[in-house]
Amino acid sequence: MESSILSSILFATIVAGTPLIIVALGQLIAEKSGVLNLGAEGMMSMGAIAGFAISFETGSVWLGVLGGMAAGALMSYLFAVVVLTLMGNQVATGLALSILGVGLSAFIGKPYESEILPTIEAIRIPLLADIPIIGEPLFAQQSLVYFSWALFGAIVWFLYRSRPGLVLRAVGESPSSAHSIGYPVIRIRYMATIFGGAMAGIGGAFLSVFYTPLWVEGMVAGRGWIAIALVVFATWRPFRVMVGAYLFGGVMVAQLFVQGSGLEINIPSQFLSSLPYLATIIVLVIISRDQNTVRLNAPVSLGQPYRPDA
Amino acid sequence: MLRLERRPEASHLMSYASPAIAIVLMLIGGLFLFAFLGKNPIEGFKVFFINPISDLWGVSELLLKATPLMLIAVGLAIGFRANVWNIGAEGQLIVGGIAASAVALYFQESEGAHVLILMIIAGCIGGMLWAAIPAFLKTRFNTNEILVSLMLVYVSQLLVSWLVHGPMMDPDGFNFPQSAMFEDSALLPLLFDDGSRVNLAFVFAIGALLAGYIFMFRSFAGFQMQVAGFAKDAARYAGFSARRMIWIGLLAGGAMAGLAGMAEVSGPMGQITDQISSNYGFAAIIVAFVARLNPVGIFFASLLMALLYLGGEQAQQYMNLPSSISLVFQGMLLLFLLGSDVFINYRLRWNREVTA
Repeated sequence: MESSILSSILFATIVAGTPLIIVALGQLIAEKSGVLNLGAEGMMSMGAIAGFAISFETGSVWLGVLGGMAAGALMSYLFAVVVLTLMGNQVATGLALSILGVGLSAFIGKPYESEILPTIEAIRIPLLADIPIIGEPLFAQQSLVYFSWALFGAIVWFLYRSRPGLVLRAVGESPSSAHSIGYPVIRIRYMATIFGGAMAGIGGAFLSVFYTPLWVEGMVAGRGWIAIALVVFATWRPFRVMVGAYLFGGVMVAQLFVQGSGLEINIPSQFLSSLPYLATIIVLVIISRDQNTVRLNAPVSLGQPYRPDA
Repeated sequence: MLRLERRPEASHLMSYASPAIAIVLMLIGGLFLFAFLGKNPIEGFKVFFINPISDLWGVSELLLKATPLMLIAVGLAIGFRANVWNIGAEGQLIVGGIAASAVALYFQESEGAHVLILMIIAGCIGGMLWAAIPAFLKTRFNTNEILVSLMLVYVSQLLVSWLVHGPMMDPDGFNFPQSAMFEDSALLPLLFDDGSRVNLAFVFAIGALLAGYIFMFRSFAGFQMQVAGFAKDAARYAGFSARRMIWIGLLAGGAMAGLAGMAEVSGPMGQITDQISSNYGFAAIIVAFVARLNPVGIFFASLLMALLYLGGEQAQQYMNLPSSISLVFQGMLLLFLLGSDVFINYRLRWNREVTA
């Protein structure tokens, strides 16, 4: 295989994995606080359309990303009100959020369906980008790819090296103990949930502003759900989220692999497109086969409503 | 200030009033939505909720659209009662539709009732097979059924896309991604001869609601699933098999969704295309929740949800709004319902600040 093909496959894999990293890391934080938000697909869809529409109207990529972030945060705020303040069922509410977000984004996005945004130049890091094979994939990327790495670093530091991170984990493990030593459990869960929504919004905006860059109804295509599965697959550890996201990125660009291999294989495109979904199922089976792995690593209060009696 | 106070016991009244509150809130939300879009809210309300059912044809279309929703929702409700979350009815509908279409296309030259009967069986089995995947993985490997059933929706959409672009494509269809039109023997008979499109599937839906009611409230298995839904540990202590409930829950949902898929291809569509489902599998989840997982409620909630579909079509036609506005109403309804459910277990109290 030619090195340029290898390089471009690596490049595509990293790009495809980026939205998954951003969204899954956001959900990781929310889940660490004990909140299971299955609405990622809806929040990403809203982030995607808000990002696209605002970039298109203002001509500013960064306003678009900010708008996407705000849209995702707003959706997760809605979710938080229902499940944290009104103690609604987290599974059902997350589902409602997904349905609402996918529908609302299709509705808002109708006028933008035939529009296209200008391609955004990659940021080349001098010298490093010239390294053969890995130079382009690692050092000549879109800004949000670098952002995803910074986010990873920040989250690792926050969760395992900072006091607020410790508090967050305590809230997820045992909300009643955290409450009894004086931490505002509900407020912390609000913040974690909204952070998750904001990241889902950025992930969505990455798709519509950087990746495609256009808006099509249903363009998120299950990535929100895959991100949720990734968090389980990663057993709630940031590093494994990164690895998993790139694995899925690789599966998503399988079509490129087949074209690049130069082999005369006649596989229907639909089969290749279904690989990420099948891979998700397989990966979930592997990880949940051993019940203890999931049980030991999942935040204890995940999905459980909590209300301090006071 | 206002605060929530736990009720001594759950309010029975509120558990029925909460869907009504949610519907009212959705309607108010709709008025705001129309106003926000620069349309006259009253006019929008009329186009969306009144016009679709202002004549007999409209009512018949309402029944037609409500049919798959009733079928799927009653199947899902059986599982939801035991906290078996089958979210992939959309995929099970598609696979049921594929299986039924395969029968219809195989028996193209054949006359007689056996074609339809085989299509019904194929539809149910197709849906059950698709639902058996999450059931097997859940019982064997403890894999989350929400994510698996949902992933299979995407797979089924790609599967039907491949089929109508390939093996099932109409050879004389100018390369359109659709099958040949079915013969009359593969079409469900219409119930009325006044030109309306309501067919035998509506009778199936009513039958399914009755059967669902009997299963839920008159059978031991239904009782076990109810107990498991309320108190998992109590059910385990009583020796009820959790595996069996997972299988029953998912297969019931799969069979009904598959039947709904059969009813679509054999009813209003008369062929299979990659647009086989209009999101019925997801809308039925909302129906089941709004109906409090009760078959009687499912009947009415399906009619309401069908009205949202028709309203969306009208809004597209007369107000130049995208028909996806239906989805916005659907999502709002479910979110409002889940929010107002708080009043089942809590009540609002006005209490003055106590100064210490």
